[in-house]
Amino acid sequence: MSVSATSEALPAKGLPRIGVMSAIGLLLVALLFVWLAVNLVKEPAAFASVFLDGLTLGLVYGLIALGYSLVYGILELINFAHGDIFMLGSWMSFTILARRFNLGDTNSVGKVIPALIVAMLAAMLFCALLNTATERVAYRPLRGAPRLAPLITAIGMSFIFQNVGLNRLGPAPVSVPNVLSHNAVFTIGGHEYRWYQLIVGLTTLPVLTGLMYLVQRTRQGKAMRATAQDQDAAAMMGINVNRTISFTFFIAGSLAGAAGLLYALYTTNIQYDQGFTLGLIAFTAAVLGGIGNLPGAVLGAVLIGMIQQFNEGLSWHSPGSDWTQSIVFSILILILVFRPEGLLGERTPEGA
Amino acid sequence: MTYPKGMGGAPDLRALWRKQRERWHRLPDQTRRRVILAIQVLVVVVLAPFWWGFAALVAVFFALYWIPQDLAIPTPWRKIRVRATITPLVALTLAIVYPFVRGGIDSLPGVGPWPQMDTAVIMTVYAMMAVGLNIVVGYAGLLDLGYVAFYAVGAYTAAWFASVQFAKQNVHFGSVGVGPTVPGIHISIWILLLLAGIVTAFIGVVIGLPTLRLRGDYLAIVTLGFGEILPQVARNGDSLGGFNLTNGPNGITPIDPPGFGKTLHNATGGFLPDNYLAIANRNNAYFWTGLALVVITVFASIRLRDSRLGRAWIAIREDEVAAAAMGIPLMRTKTWAYASGAFFGGVAGAFFASFKSSTFPNDFSFNISAFILSMVILGGMGNVWGVIVGGAVLAYLNQEGLANIGAKLNSNFGWHLDVPLYAPGIFGAILVIMMLVRPAGLLPSARRRAEFEEGVHDQPLYDAAA
Repeated sequence: MSVSATSEALPAKGLPRIGVMSAIGLLLVALLFVWLAVNLVKEPAAFASVFLDGLTLGLVYGLIALGYSLVYGILELINFAHGDIFMLGSWMSFTILARRFNLGDTNSVGKVIPALIVAMLAAMLFCALLNTATERVAYRPLRGAPRLAPLITAIGMSFIFQNVGLNRLGPAPVSVPNVLSHNAVFTIGGHEYRWYQLIVGLTTLPVLTGLMYLVQRTRQGKAMRATAQDQDAAAMMGINVNRTISFTFFIAGSLAGAAGLLYALYTTNIQYDQGFTLGLIAFTAAVLGGIGNLPGAVLGAVLIGMIQQFNEGLSWHSPGSDWTQSIVFSILILILVFRPEGLLGERTPEGA
Repeated sequence: MTYPKGMGGAPDLRALWRKQRERWHRLPDQTRRRVILAIQVLVVVVLAPFWWGFAALVAVFFALYWIPQDLAIPTPWRKIRVRATITPLVALTLAIVYPFVRGGIDSLPGVGPWPQMDTAVIMTVYAMMAVGLNIVVGYAGLLDLGYVAFYAVGAYTAAWFASVQFAKQNVHFGSVGVGPTVPGIHISIWILLLLAGIVTAFIGVVIGLPTLRLRGDYLAIVTLGFGEILPQVARNGDSLGGFNLTNGPNGITPIDPPGFGKTLHNATGGFLPDNYLAIANRNNAYFWTGLALVVITVFASIRLRDSRLGRAWIAIREDEVAAAAMGIPLMRTKTWAYASGAFFGGVAGAFFASFKSSTFPNDFSFNISAFILSMVILGGMGNVWGVIVGGAVLAYLNQEGLANIGAKLNSNFGWHLDVPLYAPGIFGAILVIMMLVRPAGLLPSARRRAEFEEGVHDQPLYDAAA
């Protein structure tokens, strides 16, 4: 790996030369833009509405992707179980909304708001504690082990959680009551943008802002960044590394919990294996944006959300929802092959 | 990067265990031998009245243990180590006679009856796939989470060339049980096993070339991505530009059976079946065929491991930078690991497809990849024998063992638990527990165990002394 990397890293004389690989990469991106442009010209209204749908979905993905990015940033571990913790967050919020508060498809506002707040807090706390416990039990004992060891335990934990979800939710999809209004906020050329989409999209924003503030401005955030950079040096500076890592998992878990609630409200349908698929989509988003980079994770998630909606919603030469998963994974593979540092990440020796 | 012991808070069980083990090793040889013999006799005596078949099996392997490890017969070209040679031969012999004795050997302790013959066939298939994955994960240390893709390619290769899928063609070559007028391509399964292996190895190279530059965990995710894409292509492949490649979710069925044809059948006096489907105890025939494939796979795997290429794989696994510095071409060596692992996955897939006589996109989920991975991890990464045992045991549990255990639990405790439904969770728990307690597996290769204990893998050079 290092052999090929050095030859690429040599500065080229004269005009910057574009390698074959980057040329292919640029060509693919160009084709994508051409496809989008043709669709935009053909049906501007549909394009705008799909764009908004994708933005909303992408923001929900962003919450999950941030969890991957946070953990990867600090431990360089792909927390495979994260998606399934998100799924359990969906289950938790469903239980509270439908069982504790007995919400149906039509509810009074006075009942919905406390229910949502309680569900949000419960799901966040539940997932945060679950994630922290997972780290303590399955990842921490392997801190000095070969790098693939914690990844394998993470896969194991993922299956365990998935089966917990299977036990609680059953094998069939479970429908969540339409807690939020499905009336239109505004209409673009016959395509409606609905209240529940707007609310879900807007809810993610304060969470994201709060997280940015936490990581960039607070003392705990500083400890997190220091631990991510160099655990030994951070420990020498008096940072409690284990506690900082636990805290990171706590935050990542609470984001997964919030995402669980919002996703349940958005799709009004939850399933025990949604965590696997969405986890991979969110991981792709995190890699697309540059893993370990928080704004990058959100950017990547929004792009993935849009690509998914464009693929399923546009009419001119779009492959359709049968291919969504393949497209997302192809993006993952292409990004890792052509630009492993992602859109916003810095080039690292390990990445290439 | 390691931290001082005792910072984690939990009592260091591992150190305690190591201390006890050292005490054990300080005992005189004679004492240790007596203790081991006493334990072995005790185990057999306790088992014998209840499960005499299983007790006999255990007794055989206990007896083999008493062949001195360094006893060797010198031959002109190499020394044959007796224990290491006889143990697999005994195991193979027992496996070959298994279909005959199955009816008369009681049951397995705590689980239920011995595996049915169709389960036994599936056990050989998974053992083969586990040995194949072991080349990638165990030897070369590349975590492959998409092994199911190779299995799928192998299965579909067999399906395309031994079914009525391409009904416009009419090609017949050595296939059995199909009349010459039946449309479609029908080629002998024996050729297809090889062809599936080659096609899959090629796919392995195609997947490997762009991705093997990536670091371990990224590579794992990329392989996972391929493992998800290929089945989706199979699922949507009933109209690729109007062409029906895979018949979509309905799958391709039936697939021609293996067989040796009339000529060989008559020439051997009916010993070789002309068509597996036409004979009464066809699962036995499939089982022996699967066993033969496992033997070939194991032989190839061991020869590969001891070859120059195999030693290069192990060097890369232990320290990629040092291996590159010693002049090992990383990309080429890793790609070969991929291709070899894929080859066996493809052969296993083709054989399995022919056994089931069908192939469906839903057969190829991520669960299968993780399932095969847990076989490798349970058995012991890098050790072929451990991996075979892991593959056979887990395949048995998945196929009928869990159902038997579940039925037993439900009837004894009055539960209503669908145990087989939770198979993935159980295998997940196996992954977690094995990594935490015995990361090198139940039957680890000595080398792999040393790596886990010393932690040489993935350490930067300057840290190697720590």
